[in-house]
Amino acid sequence: MDPEATEGAVVSWPAVFVAIFGAVAALSAVAVVLSRNVVHAALYLVVVLGAAGAIFLVLGAEFVGWTQILIYVGAIVVLLLFGLMLTAAPIGTHALDNQQRGVAFMTSAAVFGVFTFIIWRSFGSQRIHLNQVVRTSDVGRSLFSGYILPFEVVSVLLLAALVGAIVLAKKD
Amino acid sequence: MIFYHFFSNPWAVFALKLAAVFIFFLTAPLVLGYVEHKGLAHMQSRLGPMEAGRFHGWAQLIADGVKFIQKEDIVPDAADRRIFMLAPMIVIIPVSLVFLVIPFGPAAVSCHAPAGTGGCGFWGENFDVGIFFVLAISAISVIGMLMAGWASANKFSLIGAIRGAAQLIAYELPLVLAASAVAMQAGTLSLVGIGDAQKAYWFVFPQIAGFIIFVIASLAELSRPPFDMPIADSEIIFGHMTEYTGIRFGLFLLSEYAGIVSLSAIAVVLYLGAWHGFIVPWIPGPIWTLAKIGALSFLVIWLRATYPRLREDQLQKMAWKYLIPIALVNILLTMIFKVVF
Repeated sequence: MDPEATEGAVVSWPAVFVAIFGAVAALSAVAVVLSRNVVHAALYLVVVLGAAGAIFLVLGAEFVGWTQILIYVGAIVVLLLFGLMLTAAPIGTHALDNQQRGVAFMTSAAVFGVFTFIIWRSFGSQRIHLNQVVRTSDVGRSLFSGYILPFEVVSVLLLAALVGAIVLAKKD
Repeated sequence: MIFYHFFSNPWAVFALKLAAVFIFFLTAPLVLGYVEHKGLAHMQSRLGPMEAGRFHGWAQLIADGVKFIQKEDIVPDAADRRIFMLAPMIVIIPVSLVFLVIPFGPAAVSCHAPAGTGGCGFWGENFDVGIFFVLAISAISVIGMLMAGWASANKFSLIGAIRGAAQLIAYELPLVLAASAVAMQAGTLSLVGIGDAQKAYWFVFPQIAGFIIFVIASLAELSRPPFDMPIADSEIIFGHMTEYTGIRFGLFLLSEYAGIVSLSAIAVVLYLGAWHGFIVPWIPGPIWTLAKIGALSFLVIWLRATYPRLREDQLQKMAWKYLIPIALVNILLTMIFKVVF
């Protein structure tokens, strides 16, 4: 791929694919909410998370993209489905509706607004150079040099969550 | 001359590679299935298939395939139709994608292939994150298994799927930890790079604990005996596959055998020196790789005839109390080894 051509063109191929995967993710996210069956909703969630991983891959962030697939699709949704099937997940349509649509809409709109604002404020002026793939070694280096403190804080947070879950689950 | 032009076009070579990978994906599981039929039979003092194709029933698996295609594709009345029909594809697509990155030989010395066509060598595609790709993509199969078990509207199917998911969650972790110790030792995530790093010695020697953990966890990921509780035929009929017939059932079986071949291949690349041979180094690398994959796949079949099925609590205990701690210690030792030497 000629870097000059992609920089100069109005619409580049990666942009087209980002738009396609973004649309797939958005539509599936709506389907998660509108689905009348809780297992169908979880399976639409797989599509949302998979499409998000695909966007990372298109933008050259291979390691982040495959991490998205491994952690979210391979572990978190599997745990979610496992929990649903172990408790109550009948086949067919069921009244999954409740009377808190207004509150739910306001919460999601607020989250969307805050995230959009923060991401726009921090990264709005940056450009992604699509003609180079981010090497995994670079990710590792920046994670263990510039971002070592946030990395360790997140680890401690996860450990606390793990211990908390065990304490809550243990009856005696 | 026309051949020269054809092979100097990297996209044409890439298309050829994809075709070769696809053919290998379709034939290797058939060969392995036949070896399992015959090998298990002889281990149990039986003859196994003897009729199809005249000579020792060599065409038995082809006959089975034709039978699967002809049989009626039944969807149970109470089933969730769309998910039931989709599940076998969700299981088989990740397994087939793993074949794309298996390296059978070293990289060519001079290479002019542009990005995206996989470089030059005996593989479909050489990702910078190779081993990570394999682990991520093979985790998707579990979702297909859960979909099949739930959508069948059958108690045994659901029990099988839940057992399968619990097993895969438990054994995913030791698999990833064992593989990451190898990536640390080699200093790369690329499968071709890991193969190259074993020129001096195979990683099975420093990583013997990791190798044993990787093989055990692979068996559990594949639901192969002695880890076949998800499909335990004497307890829950055939687990998540109980309600399937015809070609969809055939796809599940194909994905099991293809999974044995692909995980054996990954274990060969990670631990058994990939294409590096010994004693007779003039045998070409790809043949070494194939021979090692065959030997490891045979070990998987052999274990099926040797060990009884584990109980569910024994299985969970083995993963969480033994394999994961040993894998963590293994990573720690690899790290110390890497820093000191």
